[in-house]
Amino acid sequence: MTIDWFPLWLSLRVACLSTAVSLVIGLGIAYLLATYSFRGKEAVDAAVTLPLILPPTVLGYYLLVVLGRESSLGRLYEWFFGRPLVFTWQAAVVAAMFHAIPLLVKSARAGFASVDPSYQRAARSLGASDWRVFWRVTLPLARRSIYAAAVLTFARSLGDFGITLMIAGNFPGRTQTLAVAVYDAVEAGNGRMARALAILISLLAVGILYAANRLEQRRGAA
Amino acid sequence: MIQARIGKRFPPGEESPGFSLEIELQAAAGVTALFGPSGAGKTLTLDAIAGFVKPDSGRILLDDAILFDAATQVHLRPQLRRCGYVFENGALFPHMSLRANLEFAARQLPRLERHRRVNEMLERFQLQAAAGRKPREVSGGEKQRCSIARALIGGPRLLLLDEPARGLDAPLRAGLYAVLQQVRAEFKLPILLVTHDLEECFELADQMLVISRGRVVQSGPPRKILDSPATVDVARLLGITNLFEAEILALDPGRNTSRLRVRDRELAGAYYPGHLRGDRVWLFARSEELRALPGGKAGPNQIPATLLRVHERPQGVRLEFSGGISVDMSRAQYLAQKDNKEWLVEFPPPAVRVVQEGNAAEDIR
Repeated sequence: MTIDWFPLWLSLRVACLSTAVSLVIGLGIAYLLATYSFRGKEAVDAAVTLPLILPPTVLGYYLLVVLGRESSLGRLYEWFFGRPLVFTWQAAVVAAMFHAIPLLVKSARAGFASVDPSYQRAARSLGASDWRVFWRVTLPLARRSIYAAAVLTFARSLGDFGITLMIAGNFPGRTQTLAVAVYDAVEAGNGRMARALAILISLLAVGILYAANRLEQRRGAA
Repeated sequence: MIQARIGKRFPPGEESPGFSLEIELQAAAGVTALFGPSGAGKTLTLDAIAGFVKPDSGRILLDDAILFDAATQVHLRPQLRRCGYVFENGALFPHMSLRANLEFAARQLPRLERHRRVNEMLERFQLQAAAGRKPREVSGGEKQRCSIARALIGGPRLLLLDEPARGLDAPLRAGLYAVLQQVRAEFKLPILLVTHDLEECFELADQMLVISRGRVVQSGPPRKILDSPATVDVARLLGITNLFEAEILALDPGRNTSRLRVRDRELAGAYYPGHLRGDRVWLFARSEELRALPGGKAGPNQIPATLLRVHERPQGVRLEFSGGISVDMSRAQYLAQKDNKEWLVEFPPPAVRVVQEGNAAEDIR
């Protein structure tokens, strides 16, 4: 049997990109939620968590509506990048982010909140801007939980199936990620392929979880 | 010079009975201690001055700068207040060396001055040897000195200290007091020190504010407050244990004497300005100023009492007598007469002080 390595390679690429973008967006949201109190804070929290609860098909449907070629966002993307977003591998990145960001926000928020507020107060009373407090104090002190959160984000991004199938589709060699490839193999009755891919994904997941736990433990020891 | 009037209300919640802060204070260069029990609002006051907490009402003025004014909606960010704040745990950034902690704080200084200033502070606070190490790798004293140096390096106009001696052992505490004395002498700025330790007030403070349930109940030099607490409440906060209800029988300003009735006995005291014959007052006496003698016939200002308990203390013993009287004496003195069956407690007239009955609790409601 020749194994097609494309899905693995694509999944890694999608996961890396999704993790990077999720970190930027998710850390921002998590810091806002952990540090400031503002009107509508709980609404933001709920909105961030919602994707974990909605069925992937429903989310995928919404995204198709919002990002499709007829939508304004979709047209904006097409105008900017010169090609549509939906049913491309970039759409798989967006799909992965929707489950990755809630996870990231949850654990990064807890990480930020676990930083003793007297450090932030001290920094502010010493004249440091909020921006500087974030970069020089809060972020370094919360770094262990952020590493762990990033690893989890990566793991979650690697395994997205439902939303990916809805908005990126299942085009072998173009948008077929590992998780989708397993589905495809089972559908096609290719048992050996499905088995090999399933074991591959499982091994990756176990390795990543092990790494995340190690990071968390070192945080406890520090 | 710091002048503050701070009002803040916390409505009663499910777990708390509610709290209101109504503090007025003024402090010039030197150490002003905010003394009171925990939960009195001392740290809240500090946080309001530093800008971490926004009061509901009032006005905070530091030199000629308005830090907060409820009437005109001014609420400066902590970054702009120029208040050095030393936190209870020091709050040195654990991921930075001591030098980096100081450099972080020196950011507002002009570039050229920064380096010189950091070195100067390291030297002044004897931190050169530890400068390259992280807070967890240095001694408690170095940590403490560094957190004070860090708060001072940017040239604040006010230094706020939140229970800096809490949880320190005796040598560290002595070291801290020495450093703070040095800071008071070398930096001419107002220092507000939150503490619930009376000895610390005496050690460091020029002025002392007694704070109870969100109010300043008395202010003045520590010695003066201890000698004449304004209310029974203050006397209790100062740890004065001998407090008895009394009635003034006679007052003689000419001979500087008075007579008081305590329970069914009479005691002689000094003249109490501002009081009238027949006034109901509280008599108080500090336990180190009373004398306990072997029993016999009670002379003037002596009250027979039964010894209930003996408390061992570092400085000697405290004898607890019937009727709520307590007397301090040295161990040697006590051992010489510990077999006494009967005791007399003598109240030397200068030790007999009175405080008006008015309780601070009244004006809070």
